[in-house]
Amino acid sequence: MSNTQGNLNTTAEIGIVEDGGSFPPFDSTTYPSQLLWLVLSFGVFYWVMSKVVLPRIGGILEDRRDRIAGDMAEASRLKQETDEAIASYESALAEARKKATTMAHNARSKVKAETESARAVAEEQLAAKLSESEQSIARITAESLSHVGEIAAETTGELVKALIGGRAPAKAEVAKAVDAALK
Amino acid sequence: MAGNSGNAIDPIHQFQITNISSPIVIGGFDFSFTNASLFMVVTVVVATLFLVLSTNRRGLVPGRAQLMAEMSYEFVAATLRGSAGNEGMRFFPLVFSLFMFVFVANMLGMFPYFFTVTSQIIVTFALAILVIGTVTIYGFFKHGAGFLKLFVPSGVPALVVPLVSAIEVISFLSRPVSLSVRLFANMLAGHITLKVFAGFVVMLTGFGAAGIASAILPLVLTVAITALEFLVAFLQAYVFTVLTCMYLADALHPSH
Repeated sequence: MSNTQGNLNTTAEIGIVEDGGSFPPFDSTTYPSQLLWLVLSFGVFYWVMSKVVLPRIGGILEDRRDRIAGDMAEASRLKQETDEAIASYESALAEARKKATTMAHNARSKVKAETESARAVAEEQLAAKLSESEQSIARITAESLSHVGEIAAETTGELVKALIGGRAPAKAEVAKAVDAALK
Repeated sequence: MAGNSGNAIDPIHQFQITNISSPIVIGGFDFSFTNASLFMVVTVVVATLFLVLSTNRRGLVPGRAQLMAEMSYEFVAATLRGSAGNEGMRFFPLVFSLFMFVFVANMLGMFPYFFTVTSQIIVTFALAILVIGTVTIYGFFKHGAGFLKLFVPSGVPALVVPLVSAIEVISFLSRPVSLSVRLFANMLAGHITLKVFAGFVVMLTGFGAAGIASAILPLVLTVAITALEFLVAFLQAYVFTVLTCMYLADALHPSH
């Protein structure tokens, strides 16, 4: 190692001697040239960066940010529209449902009322018929009953005639007797 | 990692600066276009071309290259915003340029035979002075004498204020030094280490079968250190950026 180092050092020293006697970075005779070319190249670089490259990259990033923000805004706008459409659809649906319920209810109550009235009419007619029938029954009964005396008198007359023979008693007399018996 | 193939184990040679144009001498100073100058230009061209071409389509959905450009933008922006707040974004072009320049220079330095711009103390020092100069000038411009509150922390007993202020002044003055030396020394040391271990491999293989067998260890180490150096290349660019952001935060809010 020390041998190698020695060789190296020797070579390095020879190199330095060959190259003008000092360590190159500390050789101040190269400074003016380095400074001048650094100022020129870095100056141009700075100018290009600040005038061309950085505005361009900044613009690209800005455009992308704007585009993304715009797309997001558009997306949220569309979402809002969708939500509104869903809400209006739902309210329309609810309204329709309510209307349908009302209509069904109305129809039902109308039918019910019609049925009710029809039944009332029918009942009335039936009641009328019933009372008519009852009247006619009563009339017939009364009629029948009024004929009972007559029939009884006639039957009695015939019976008397058959029992006692001869001629039949006077009708008025028989009726009087029957009436008395019926009472 | 630049090297002279004829002198494979000279670890310093890679930092040698040589003219590659006819000398340009103005007022007694040598402003020649050197290999260092070339790689500064290459760094700028590579970084600029990448950033410009990758974002050329301005894709709403980024491709791979565009995503990398956007990630570097957002990474630096997040770092700056994290330490200096939204106000700090006025320095974003400066911080981004510094990060990209140092990062690309460090990464280019990882190519064999390429010159590492950031392994020169004068370059890192100039960048550090740019940062501290910006901090100081902007601080005084915005807060006037209020910027000096930076050196007088609030809530310190009056008795120890001179001591604390002295420490604060020294720490402020040492910032450009620490900022530049950190980057410079990391790049320099990494490249020297890499070169030395790679040199061992070349040297040992010259000693026959036993040499080749024993060259395995330095070879493995060279591979491992190469990986480490890629990490360091990114990390030092990041550290430089983070510290820049923190110093800029001082310029924006001197009273801490």
